[in-house]
Order: sequence, then structure tokens, then C-alpha cells
Amino acid sequence: MGQGMDIVGALLLLGGTFFLLLGGLGLLRMPDLYNRIQAGTKATTLGTLLSLLGVFLLRPEWGWKLLLIGVFLIFTNPLSSQVLARAAHRSGAHKSPATQVDRLAEDRAEP
Amino acid sequence: MSAEPTTASSVSGLRQFFVLVLTLMLFWLMLMGSLDGQVLLVGLIASSVIALLFRSGLTFFTEMRLNPMAIIAGFMYYGYFFKELVKANFTLAGVVLSPDLPINPGIVKVRTKLKSRMGRLMLANSITLTPGTLTVELDGEWIYVHWVLMESEDIEQATAKIVAGWEHYLEVIYG
Repeated sequence: MGQGMDIVGALLLLGGTFFLLLGGLGLLRMPDLYNRIQAGTKATTLGTLLSLLGVFLLRPEWGWKLLLIGVFLIFTNPLSSQVLARAAHRSGAHKSPATQVDRLAEDRAEP
Repeated sequence: MSAEPTTASSVSGLRQFFVLVLTLMLFWLMLMGSLDGQVLLVGLIASSVIALLFRSGLTFFTEMRLNPMAIIAGFMYYGYFFKELVKANFTLAGVVLSPDLPINPGIVKVRTKLKSRMGRLMLANSITLTPGTLTVELDGEWIYVHWVLMESEDIEQATAKIVAGWEHYLEVIYG
């Protein structure tokens, strides 16, 4: 039983780091700031949650603290991404030429 | 707004105060991992002082409706949340790993029918964590969303695609 938990925990840690790696790759490959934030936010949230779950299986006595870290992560990660995106849009950050439409800029331009 | 504004606002203020104290106490006890008398006392004093200083602070449970339907919807919301989060990751993994990077981004405008502050906050956060969508700006009932794989720039269609799934649960929980 104990060993089985260790193996599942290690696999979850591995899965978590895989998504974190994808997040890093997304940051490098995406063409502009908004797409980079997209890659960064989602991959790091799932990657970190999987890692926390893996640590929980390896060290069940840390459960409450890990849960708290997870809760803070779920709340702060999207919030900080949104604030970054808003600040970028307000200061006119470069948008990829692939961008099809920008309703926010259209609405801002109107008086 | 109501006939007796002072009474109504002081009651909701009091409720908000206790909600904040209880939330902070919960976090404190989870961090300390003990129910010792001194731990409880220090936590209670610190939580009360913080709650007094941040009267208008939002917590998880602020403006939440306390009825069985809302609690069931809360659990279903988290089920839906994790399903969407995993889906978002696989979608994005597919995009990032394909050699020609097939993206079709755009910033679209969607409308929410949620009225409460907490409901809108949760909606904006949820949108950010779901497949290829990122909340850029909130303006009243309008939300501007960056969409990596844009399917429609029409307000109604984008709202149905991005917002409807979340609103279904959030309007029961927060309104």
C-alpha cells in the first residue's frame, strides 16, 4: 500500500512537471503577450496542482497545507494573468498579426 | 435602495465581517494544523483585527447564497471546473506541440447576466482557466476575452460558447 502510493505520487509529480514543461514551451513559441499568458496560466495551474497532489500522496501529513496552497493558486493565478493582460492592453502591447479582431480596442476608440 | 438603508447595510456589514473572520480562521487553522487553546485565541484576535481593517474585503463565501441548491451547484461547479481545466491543458498542449502553431486569436466581447461582485469575479477567473480564453477587461456586464482559437466574433455566439457553461452554476451560487 505505502509503496503503491509512492509510485502513484511520483507519477503525478512527473505529470505535473510535464505540463509545466509545456507551459515553458508555450511561453517560447507563442507569438505575442496574450497568447503567452494563455500558455503560462493554464499549464502552470494544472502542472502545479498535479505536483501538489503528488506530494500529498508522498507526504499525507502535509495535506491541509497543500490544499491551502492549491486554493491560493486557483484564485491568484487567473487574477494576476487578467491584470497583466489588462495592463498590457491599456499600454498598447504588440499584438500578433494573426489576431483577427479586437473588440476592446474598437470600444475604446469610440467616445 | 431599501426603505431602511441603515439597518440593511449594517446587517449585511455584520454578516460580511463574520464571514471574513471565519474564512481567515479556517486558513489559520489549516496552516497551524492544531486546535490548541492558544492557537485558537491568537487566530481569533488576528482574524478579527484584519476583518475590521478590511471591511469591504471579498471572500469565497461573501454574497454566497446559503441554500441546498447553491451548495450542490458549488460542488458541481468544481467538477466542471476541473474537467474544463484538464481540457484546456490538452487543447493548449496540442497547439504548443504542433510544428505550425495553429492559432487564430482575437479579443471578443461577451455579456454576463450575473449581478454580484463575487459571481463576476469567479466567472472572470473561470474564463481565464478554460480552453484558450483569457479575461482582459471587465466593464460592468461586459467582459472582453482573448481567445486563442477564436470560433466566433459575434457577441451572442461567443457568450454561448465561453460564458454559458459557467453561468449555469454561478447564477445559482451567487446570483
